[in-house]
Parts: sequence; structure tokens; C-alpha cells
Amino acid sequence: MAEETKFEPRIVAFLCNWCTYAGADLAGTGRNQYQANVRVIKLPCTGGIDPLFLIKAFERGADGILVSGCHPGDCHYNSGNYHARRRWNVFRPLLEFCGINPERIQFSWVSAAEGGKWVETINGVVDTVRALGPFEGYQKINAVGSDASGEAATSGDTG
Amino acid sequence: MIEALRKKAEELLKNKTVDVVYGYGEGSVPERTRPVFITKPEDVNKLTWNKYCVYNLTTYLKKQESRKLGKPAIVVKGCDAKTITVLIKESQIKREDIYIIGVTCTGIGDPPATKCKACDVNTPLIYDELIGEKIGNKEFSFEERYAELDEYEKLSEQEKWDFWQKQFEKCIKCYACSSICPLCFCDRCIVDKNQPQWIDPSAHPRGNLSWNVTRAYHLAGRCINCEECQRVCPADIPLNLLNKKLAKETEKNFKYRSGYNVDDELAMATYKEDDNQDFIK
Ligand code: SF4
Ligand code: SF4
Ligand code: SF4
Repeated sequence: MAEETKFEPRIVAFLCNWCTYAGADLAGTGRNQYQANVRVIKLPCTGGIDPLFLIKAFERGADGILVSGCHPGDCHYNSGNYHARRRWNVFRPLLEFCGINPERIQFSWVSAAEGGKWVETINGVVDTVRALGPFEGYQKINAVGSDASGEAATSGDTG
Repeated sequence: MIEALRKKAEELLKNKTVDVVYGYGEGSVPERTRPVFITKPEDVNKLTWNKYCVYNLTTYLKKQESRKLGKPAIVVKGCDAKTITVLIKESQIKREDIYIIGVTCTGIGDPPATKCKACDVNTPLIYDELIGEKIGNKEFSFEERYAELDEYEKLSEQEKWDFWQKQFEKCIKCYACSSICPLCFCDRCIVDKNQPQWIDPSAHPRGNLSWNVTRAYHLAGRCINCEECQRVCPADIPLNLLNKKLAKETEKNFKYRSGYNVDDELAMATYKEDDNQDFIK
């Protein structure tokens, strides 16, 4: 496993426009550094983040995912995050039941004022997933039927 | 019981209370039955009832072909009757638009279906007419209800992954599971949407995983555990375990059991401010 030290996880972060995205932006304008492994996808609300988005991220080679939005009570649309939380409460155990480590899909509430919490959260996700290693199981099924350099083999790091 | 059933059907058709009776008819061999749609009082002798009446006939409430026949009376077992409660809650049917012929039931299939082992609806919870002696419904604990999950929940992460990959690998994307499901009623299923293509339509392990997870998840808080999807799956994938797992989490987190009480709010259409969030940072 000489490659292990070289492994850099790909993290996809689904952020709501009003809170966590603004929080991440605040971290940026405040010149707070965080690990560059994350690809941010901005959406209007956590309530609009279909769990299929998360599956899709894994299909495209993500090793870990963060879903983050407004704290309870702060949703721009009043209740989007409450509905989202319900879904996560059942979706997360379903994936776990299917053998997906729940640490690969993490959830947080980060407000527009919490630049510091954003940095801490995303660094935490990157570190945890780095320790878990590449999501080999998923990358293996993604690559079935295509040669390793083909489009479906999305993990450049692990081959 | 069969006589009482036929008599009731005849009366309903004669009085024009309903236009059609969805029921069970004899199959090609004694161990099989088939769904029948009786529209004439003189045909009620085609109706039967026995332990091979496996189908959940409520699935025909979502099919255009059967709906065209007019107002139905529908023969339901206790498990099937739960579907009707959910369909009413989901605004798919109106209570007054159907006539429910409940049959008391002590188990179907040979060997008996898994669901029958911990059945707590031997007497349906909702009906207009009850056929058969009323049976006192049993009560089971939370643990007993989900006991079949234990051996799978105990597996390690890798074992779980391997087990399910082996199962999903067999899926041929025939969609029998969603076609038969009475609560899978979208006009256009997510698998048919291709702009963008959310779920790989070929029988590839990638799409097989997303399909099976998505199908089960879309039924969260809705599935009433009729086990029809698993029964029709030609690949013998234990879909019921996925459905059960979701039912367990729904009950654990939201104290909700699908199909038991028409006054309960649908679990996935509502929320509580103090819903569990111990996994959220
Ligand atoms: S998901 Fe399966 S068990 Fe649940 S209601 Fe649909 S057919 Fe019945
Ligand atoms: S699987 Fe989901 S999208 Fe497809 S019909 Fe069922 S509920 Fe609708
Ligand atoms: S019935 Fe079975 S094989 Fe067919 S799509 Fe459903 S899970 Fe796959």
C-alpha cells in the first residue's frame, strides 16, 4: 500500500445557497485555508437535494460526500431542511445496510456566519475519508465492463 | 367463506353499488389463483378464496385498464387493506370511491409467506364488509417485527456490501418490482427519465445499485410490506429486506407505521422540529 500516502480523496459537497455556501464563501473572503479536495455544488436548499444526487456523485468517482445547509429554524424556505433531515434519517441507514460506510456521507448545519465551522467541517470530512481510503467497492462496480482507463473508471488515483 | 363472498359480490353488482369486483379466481392448477374482474352478477361463481390468494389486488387501483371498469369493490386481506389506507392518505383514491371487502386471513402461500409469521392484521383494519370469522389481531414488539433483519444488520460493512452486490448483480431491470407495487404510482418513474439519465437503464452493477436503492427509498414510509415486489422479482432479490429496513427506521425515528391509521400524518410528508439529528454535525 505504498500509494496510501499519496491518496487524496475526492469530496463532493452539496451546499445550500443561503447558509453553508455563504459560510464557505465567508471562509474564502476571510482567507481561511481548507483542504482543496472538495468540489462544491451549490443548490437552493437542502430540501431539494435528492438522495440520487449523492448516488450520482459516487457513480462519478466521489470517495466522500458532505451535505450541508441551514441550521434548523433558519431555512430560507422555512422547512426545507426539516424535510431533508427526515429523508437523511432513513436514507443513511439504508446505505449503511447495503454496506456503504456512513462516514462517506456526512451531514452538517453551517450558517452564513460560520466560516470557521465550515473550515473545520470540511477538513474533518477530508481527513476521515482520507483515512478510510478510496471508495474501492463503488469504483469497482463503476468500472465493470470498461477498461481501466475508460470513462467509467473515474478514480485516477487508484486505477 | 367463499359462499358469503360470492353472495356479497352478487348483491353489490345487482344493486349497482359497484360496477366491478376485483377478486381472486381459480388458476390453471389448484396451487394458483388469478385476479378476476367481475362485472356481471351471474359471474360471481368465478370468485374464490384460499391460501393461494397471494396477490395484493389494490395494485389494480393504479392501472388505467381496471379503473376504466368503473367503481370497484375489492377483495383484500389485512396486509392488502393497509395499502388502501396509504392510497387515501396519498390522495390517490377517495374512500367513498371504493367498496372494501375484507377477508380474514391466517396466512397465504405454501410455505407461508414471511409476512404472515408476524402478521398483526389477520382481520383487516379497514373494510365495508368483513368475510370470515373475526380473528383477534395479535400484537408484536418492535424487535419481533423486524427480527428478520437481525442477521443482516450484524454483518460487517464488507460483508454487507458483498451480500448486496451479489444480489443486485442479478437484477435484469425488468421493473416487475415497481409495476406490481400498489404504492409505486408515479405516472413517470425516475428510471424512465433520461434528460438527464438518473439511473443507468442497462443491467449494469452501477445502475442496479442505484435502482434498487432508489426503488426502496421511494417507498420509505409508504410500503406496507405486502411482499409483492419480492414475490415477482425473477432474480429472487430479497427486496423485502430493504423495504423492512426502511420501515424499521421510519418507525424508530418517527414512530410511524405505514397503513395502520388513517389519521396519522404521512411520515415523509411531514417533520417534527425535534426529529433525530445526532448524525448531523
Ligand atoms: S414495496 Fe413491495 S412490499 Fe412494499 S408495498 Fe410495494 S410491493 Fe408491497
Ligand atoms: S420507484 Fe419511485 S419514482 Fe418510480 S414509480 Fe416508484 S415511487 Fe415513483
Ligand atoms: S423485479 Fe427484480 S430483477 Fe426486475 S427490476 Fe426489480 S429487482 Fe430487478
